Amino acid sequence: MSVIEVTDLRKSYGGRTVVDGVSFAVEEGEIFGILGPNGAGKTTTVECVEGLRVPDAGRVRVTGLDPVADHDRVAHVLGAQLQEGRLQEKLTVREALQLYAAFHPNPADWRPLAERLGLGDRLGARFGKLSGGQKQRLFIALALVGNPRIVVLDELTTGLDPRARRDTWQLIEEVRDSGVTVLLVTHFMEEAQRLCDRIAVIDKGRIAALDTPAGLIRRSAGATVITFTPSAPLDEEELSALPALSSVAYKDGRITLAGGDETVNAVITLLARRHITAHQLRVSDATLDDAFLDLTTTDLTTTDLTKTDLTETTS
Amino acid sequence: MNTAVLRTEARLLAREPGSLFWILVFPPVLLAILGAVPAFREPQDGLDGLRIVDTYVPVTVLVGMIVAGVQSMPAGLTGYREHGILRRMSTTPVRPSALLSAQMLVHAVAAVLSALLALAVGRLAYDVRLPEQPYGYLLALVLAVVVSLALGSVISAVSRTVKIAGAIGTAVFFPMLFCAGVWLPVQAMPDVMADVVGLLPFGAAAQALNEAMVGDWPGWAHLGVMAGWTVALSVAAARWFRWE
Repeated sequence: MSVIEVTDLRKSYGGRTVVDGVSFAVEEGEIFGILGPNGAGKTTTVECVEGLRVPDAGRVRVTGLDPVADHDRVAHVLGAQLQEGRLQEKLTVREALQLYAAFHPNPADWRPLAERLGLGDRLGARFGKLSGGQKQRLFIALALVGNPRIVVLDELTTGLDPRARRDTWQLIEEVRDSGVTVLLVTHFMEEAQRLCDRIAVIDKGRIAALDTPAGLIRRSAGATVITFTPSAPLDEEELSALPALSSVAYKDGRITLAGGDETVNAVITLLARRHITAHQLRVSDATLDDAFLDLTTTDLTTTDLTKTDLTETTS
Repeated sequence: MNTAVLRTEARLLAREPGSLFWILVFPPVLLAILGAVPAFREPQDGLDGLRIVDTYVPVTVLVGMIVAGVQSMPAGLTGYREHGILRRMSTTPVRPSALLSAQMLVHAVAAVLSALLALAVGRLAYDVRLPEQPYGYLLALVLAVVVSLALGSVISAVSRTVKIAGAIGTAVFFPMLFCAGVWLPVQAMPDVMADVVGLLPFGAAAQALNEAMVGDWPGWAHLGVMAGWTVALSVAAARWFRWE
């Protein structure tokens, strides 16, 4: 069952289109990632889901409810950790947790939650005295303290050290395992690959791809990279004719091929047929990083042409 | 109104020594110092036999109110918006308006406490009579608190940042103190000046409090001026206030 449905969502600010026809559905109990470069429209999209922004066009439903018109009912089932913001400087961690727990009819017990997030020994500390990572963990706790069915986490682990980041990932997996649906906005590939069941890659306000992490890697051009130094020169034309090949590069006598599984088999067959040995043969899988770079455009190379190319290759 | 929010805001105001000093301690201390001057305890012919210290009781009652409404509250509210605290609250079942009303209520309570302290200091230390028309006094007091909160809300509505709220608050603060009679009690002002000041919220408040003090029902004109300003300022605040 879909707990979040977004259909043809559009939003612009002062004539600048930020979200340009985004559609996706989040299934109950999954961790759904929204991945994209800065300014791609990720935060605006989830803010429409949270009911903080009113869409210009399109439909957003959270457990079948409109987050703007049915704000109160949606706020009962959805917990949100915002990308920015503070609390009152002199509010203590304990008071913040008690306050936000009091907003909900069936809150979680905030003590174990604070322990789990490593805030157990900071309960008496005022918000203004917390480190960046502690503030971030408090915001995560506040998003979870209402026992929501759905939790939206925007830039979950920004500002956390590697250890706290891994602990937080584990916590989010436990939250998901307890039946909570997680909508996760991130630009960390490692985080998306580790946590997400499915990922929507957003670029320039549109969905560039929507798949499992493995699926995204598979579909990216040049999912497999083969490099070797041949014992004798190879015919360039023959190399270019290899199946599923996306690129060939020659450097210092070393050949780098990007393609798929078929390309690997074909190049081995070719080498065997020509009695050529491949020195230092390396075959590596592309990562989500590669897939991401393949699916999104950076501002440096943005032209209308690349945008059209992108839409065609990914549709 | 949400009681958990209200309790939190009361606790947070209690942690602001600056606000507490200027709202609760400064006005009674000011009255105590003025009353300590022997000449200010002599009846004055020009003041219908009142002493200067008598005329300063309503002034100090209004000072705490002006600090609470114009200085303390706008900075707090603007900070809540600037720092995304209202926004975070929008994602919970409790509306961010609960935070606004809690801020207003705790500042109103602080302002009334300050007024009671000033009245107590006047009565106990300098034998100033308590208001002889207590209901009229209470009505004028409540209207003065409400108009100061409305003025503070407008300041918060037009200020994008805490710094701007502080600057506007200070710019408004001194003229309001003048109207309340800090430099020259309204009874001692020339008639024309008293009339002009009487058209402004705290000048009207000072005159209404003075009337109730000596046993008259406060003039409807003064009460009307305060009510009119309250309505106008509230409409302006509601129109200009932005949640983010």
